[in-house]
Amino acid sequence: MELQVADVIQWMEKSNDSIQANKDYLSSLDRAIGDGDHGINMARGFQEVVSKLTTSDYQTVSDVLKDVSMTLLSKVGGASGPLFGTAFLKMSTTVKGMEKVDANQLGEAFQEALNGIKLRGKANKGDKTLVDVWEPVVEFFKSSDSIDANALAEVAKQAMESTKELEARRGRAAYLKERSIGHLDPGSVSSYYIFTALSEVLQKGA
Amino acid sequence: MTNVGIVLISHSAKVVEGIYDIITQMVPNVKVELAGGTDDGEIGTSVEKILQAIDRTHHEKGVLLFYDIGSALMNAELAVEMTEHENVAIAEAPLLEGAFVAAVESGMGKTLEEVKEAAESV
Repeated sequence: MELQVADVIQWMEKSNDSIQANKDYLSSLDRAIGDGDHGINMARGFQEVVSKLTTSDYQTVSDVLKDVSMTLLSKVGGASGPLFGTAFLKMSTTVKGMEKVDANQLGEAFQEALNGIKLRGKANKGDKTLVDVWEPVVEFFKSSDSIDANALAEVAKQAMESTKELEARRGRAAYLKERSIGHLDPGSVSSYYIFTALSEVLQKGA
Repeated sequence: MTNVGIVLISHSAKVVEGIYDIITQMVPNVKVELAGGTDDGEIGTSVEKILQAIDRTHHEKGVLLFYDIGSALMNAELAVEMTEHENVAIAEAPLLEGAFVAAVESGMGKTLEEVKEAAESV
């Protein structure tokens, strides 16, 4: 696989499509164990990302990812802004200056993104946060040199579903303690949409 | 003003406005700037608002940031990483009580480290 500028833009467009289509669902998940604005925040942020990317010219993948980061940081509003913003910023600096990235480089970028998310949110795997999706995806990228698009989507899906039975230890949901069990983590669900969108781009032969 | 500046970060603009009133009634000689709510005036925090508040507050003695819940700390940390200014610190203290104590200490001409320590012992 090889992601070029146009592929990354398409990845973000597909991510935005899923997030817009599931905006109310994401907010309803967040109403159950958080402050109920996750869908609105992510939908606003990713709409702005797509507007920015489709009206700019890019030479490198890193510049695309940097604009994704800056837009999410300033437009999302809730905790997802600094978390997803940090993730894409770390990815951008990892692939700095690159016009295209292969599976190994993307895996490295995801690893740095995960490190950034953990540091920013002071969260670890099992805390019922987006780390619970990002970490298995990073492990998946590390485990193989050639990325199977369907397998990527499946890893992300299982990881997302695994958050349901966890008790939240970080984020707004952590105040609810055991009452958070039985609900999906909204940030993990939107992360799942982002990785599914990547899987679709890879499926088309990127 | 040559005292340590203070930035109040909250999910709500009303919260920081109220704290501002409480502090400035007693401590008139410390610069206190606000970063409450999102850019659209909704509940939330904004790294841009925090960066702007740091800019308005900053001088050589530094700035101390106070935050409330959730994304406020993450955006405060991002702002510290992104700002061009040196001497910007985050206080691990209750927003109201911590900022109040910090303002009093700052008004007495204390250093950033001293003000931070006083706030964190609240």
